[in-house]
Formats: sequence, structure tokens, C-alpha cells
Amino acid sequence: MHEEPLLKVRNLQKQFGDGCSRCKERQNLEKNYCPNCGTVYACQDISFDLFAGEILGIVGESGSGKSTMMQCLYFDAEVTSGAAYIDAGPGSAEQNVFELSSQQKRYIRNHQYGMVYQNPVHGLKMNFSSVGNIAEKLIAAGKRNVSEMEETSKNLLQNVHIPLFRMKEEPRNFSGGMQQRVQIAKALSNNPPILFLDEVTTGLDLSVQANVLDLIKRIQRELGISMIVVSHDLAVIRMLADRTIVMLNGSIIEEGLTDQILEDPQHAYTQQLVYSLL
Amino acid sequence: MKTKSHFAFFDEGSKKEIRRAILKAVAIPGYQVPFASREMPIARGWGTGGLQITLSIIGKNDVLKVIDQGADESVNAVSIKKLVQSTTGVELVERTQEASIIQSRHRIPEVPLTPEQILVLQVPEPEPLRRVEKSAYKTKILHSENDYSGAWLMLFEQIMKYGRTATGADHPVYVNNRYVMAPSPIPRYDNPKLHQSEAIILLGAGREKKIYAVPPYTDVESLAFDDYPFSVESFTGKSCHLCGAEDVFLDELVDPATNETIYQCNDTSYCIEQLNKSEEVEVETSHA
Repeated sequence: MHEEPLLKVRNLQKQFGDGCSRCKERQNLEKNYCPNCGTVYACQDISFDLFAGEILGIVGESGSGKSTMMQCLYFDAEVTSGAAYIDAGPGSAEQNVFELSSQQKRYIRNHQYGMVYQNPVHGLKMNFSSVGNIAEKLIAAGKRNVSEMEETSKNLLQNVHIPLFRMKEEPRNFSGGMQQRVQIAKALSNNPPILFLDEVTTGLDLSVQANVLDLIKRIQRELGISMIVVSHDLAVIRMLADRTIVMLNGSIIEEGLTDQILEDPQHAYTQQLVYSLL
Repeated sequence: MKTKSHFAFFDEGSKKEIRRAILKAVAIPGYQVPFASREMPIARGWGTGGLQITLSIIGKNDVLKVIDQGADESVNAVSIKKLVQSTTGVELVERTQEASIIQSRHRIPEVPLTPEQILVLQVPEPEPLRRVEKSAYKTKILHSENDYSGAWLMLFEQIMKYGRTATGADHPVYVNNRYVMAPSPIPRYDNPKLHQSEAIILLGAGREKKIYAVPPYTDVESLAFDDYPFSVESFTGKSCHLCGAEDVFLDELVDPATNETIYQCNDTSYCIEQLNKSEEVEVETSHA
């Protein structure tokens, strides 16, 4: 049986700086940085597939290009070159989404994507109510009925264990874990087929981490949403991801089933990463 | 020695630049056109945007009316009128029907405007999304991408907090089905007057350096949710204690002598006209 991927990424490149004659062929680089002209090659030739209903993990040390790649996919940053195709109905799978107009990109963000940032400040409006934050995404997706939006928001907040008597409170009054759960509720509000999670549990204490991870796992099971989970925490990846990609200095150095990568790492860096797991 | 100033205070270069901004604003209804706001003899935030528009469009034969929150005789309206008259010599009026240019702060007159008239509104904050997004760079992108979820979100928050949309003034509007615009702090009562207005409406924000416009016969729709429709302030059962008018925007005042709440026309020239009319009738009937 051959299954078509939901999201195809091909040869994604992201560089900061113009490059020079010495680093054109990606040679003479110091990690991902050209000592001559100062250009940083944050993502080099990234290609992968995301299938419906799966969780894809992305691991790598700080500065390996994980977050930059996420930002490119979510259109927070412009790609230097490369393509991404989303299979959302007939004809859509042939269109490189990086070449769409900014209005069309916004449409994809509002209708097909959900994003949970590492820092809730980026994903939430801290001085608007929690229910308003969720409604914002619904409004952006074209909803114009207050009572329906309120109902949807209530259900979502209940789902992520935010007590309803606090739903009109602003997220800035909430603890970090609660803020993160509001952010997840917001990202889920328009039932996106693709959800991006960028270091969602980093900085949360262990019990809250477990809570958030449980929640993500349940969402995947119940709603069948495809997710890309970026983390430098292998435990998180082990728990969530079906398949995993390992990144180093802006390139993919290894990919495969999560178990396989954790049990039998091939690349020297992956081996080091796995063995340094406490 | 008294030097002779330019007609309408500005040098011709300034007028040209502002007129160009106005033309662009009229061509793109609701779009905020940046312009080089001049230093004026009144402080920014006191109507410099409106004043600059008035001075660049006014001609010798124009007839000017200036209102401040409905009143013809408040200090701000009077000093603007004086400045324009001393530099142009135009005729000043209080009767809305007689004016060719009406500069106004926070109100649209009660008397319907005609195609021969120009309404100039003073704007403190031209950006309807400013309270959701601080960065001007980002709001510009939001406008270009037609993403107005922020403007809706503000209304949604009001409904969550107060059970209804609670904009006291400056309720955002969709202009020509494209741009969301701050109609300047006019009461919601005046929003419907923007829709298919026969007079051209020019809005100027001097401090924020923006000019925008609603050309005649343009669709202007107040933002509202399906289950929370737009509504104007209601004055049912109340009337002006001076002229008895009912279907107008009323100010709520407290009578210092009796401590009672009384209502009074906000539009002073309309009120005086009503009073004059009833007096005429009185004179006629009592002499007959």
C-alpha cells in the first residue's frame, strides 16, 4: 500500500547572509557558519515527509536549525529556497506553498496549521482573555458567531484542563504550564490537520510536563492530527514521536523510526546524543 | 510691521502635498495615506489633522463651519475658526445647511449632508488595530493581508466582559468591503451616517500623520457578529429639555439646581434651529 504524505518538504534552505565565493558550495564552513563572510546556513537541504495522523519528532542540539525550520514551515520566516506541498484537497498537492502570496499563506496558517511556541508570549495575547485568545484563531478562520465560538472555546479549555471559571482571565495571570495549555487549545481550535509544537515542554516542571505530554498524545489519538514536534529532550521524543529526524548544523543527519534511532543510532552525533541521555 | 501671510496659512507646496494625499485617500477608500504633518499653531492632538485638510482644500468662496463634540462655540472650535478666517477671510456659519466645509471633532451633524458639502473629521488614532498590535510595521501588513481578526477580537472581548459590544465611540467600520477603518471617535449613533454618505468625508490625524477618506456613496459597514448585531445608542423616551427633539443624539447632563438628570441636543446648531422654528410658529399663532 502506498500512502501519500500530508506534508512534503523538499530541499528547504534558509541562510542568514548573502554568502561568498568561499562558502558557495557549503565548503569551508565552521559548523554552519562561514568564517569569511559571516553567513549562517541555518537549514541546508532539508527534505522530509509527514503522513496523516503521525507525530514526527525533530531532535538536535541548540543551533542545529530545528526552530528555524519550524518558522519557515509556519511562514514566520522566509525560506531562501526550497518547496513544501500540503495535500489539502484536489490540486493543492502540486502547489509549492512557499511561493504563495502572503494572503494565501495567511489562509493556510489560519485554516490548516496550528502552532505552539516554546514561549507562550509568542502564541498568545497576554492581555486578552483566554477565551478571547482561542476565539481570535476562530475569527481568523472566518467564524462570526459569538455563542458558537464561546462554546468551542469552553470545550477546548475543558479539554486542556483549564477550569472554566478562569476562562475570562488573561493568560498573563496563569502559570507557565497553564499558559502552554491555553496555547495548545488555541492551536487546536480550528481543527488543523497539521500542528507544530516547538519545545512545548521546555521550562515546565516535570509533573506539568507529563500533563502536557499526555494531552498531546491524547489529542493525536482522538483527533488524528499530524504533528511535528521539535525538542532537544529525547525523553519527550521517545514518548511522542513515531518517526524521528536528527539535525546537526542545519542538516538532517539521520532519520528513521524513533525506537530504531534511540536503540541503534548510526551517526556519531546521534550516538553521542543517545548515550548522554541520563 | 505685519507681514502678509499665505492664503490659508500654508505655502503652496504644503497644500499640494496634502491635496495629493487626500486624492490618494479618496481613490482607496478607508486606506490610511501617510503625509508630512506640518507644525501648526495649535498643539498636535487638538485637531491639527483636520485643520491641515481644511486649510489645503478651502477656497475664497467656501463657507466654513467648525464643531467640537457637537458644539459650535467651544474653545477649540472657535480658535480653529478664527485661524482659518484670519488667513482666508472666508465666511463662518453655524447652520449646517449653509456650510460648504464642515470640520468636526467627534460628531457628524444631525442634518443630513449634501453632495455639495465636505465633512472633515479630526482623528486622534487612525489605526483600528492599534490596541491589539503595537507595531505600525505589523498593522500595515495586517491591512495588506486583509486580516482584521484583531478588530473583531476587541469586540469579542467586550462581549465576554460586558455582554455586548461596548465601544463608546470609534466603533470600527469596513469601508467598501476592503479596509477596516477607525471612523474617529464619533458615537455609534453616527456610524450609519457614513454609509452611502452623499458628502465626501475626509479624516485627518495630525499627530499620527495619516489622511484617509470615505468618498461619496461608499458602502460603510459597522463590524458586528452574527448573534450580536450592531446597534446605536438608544434614547427612547428621552428628549432635549430645550427644544424637545427626540430622534437626535442627546447629552446626559445633571441639572446643578435640582440634581435631576436632563437631556440636551448634542448638536447645538440643530438645537438652536429647532428652537427658532418653534418660536416662529409661536409668533405666528399668537399674532394671528
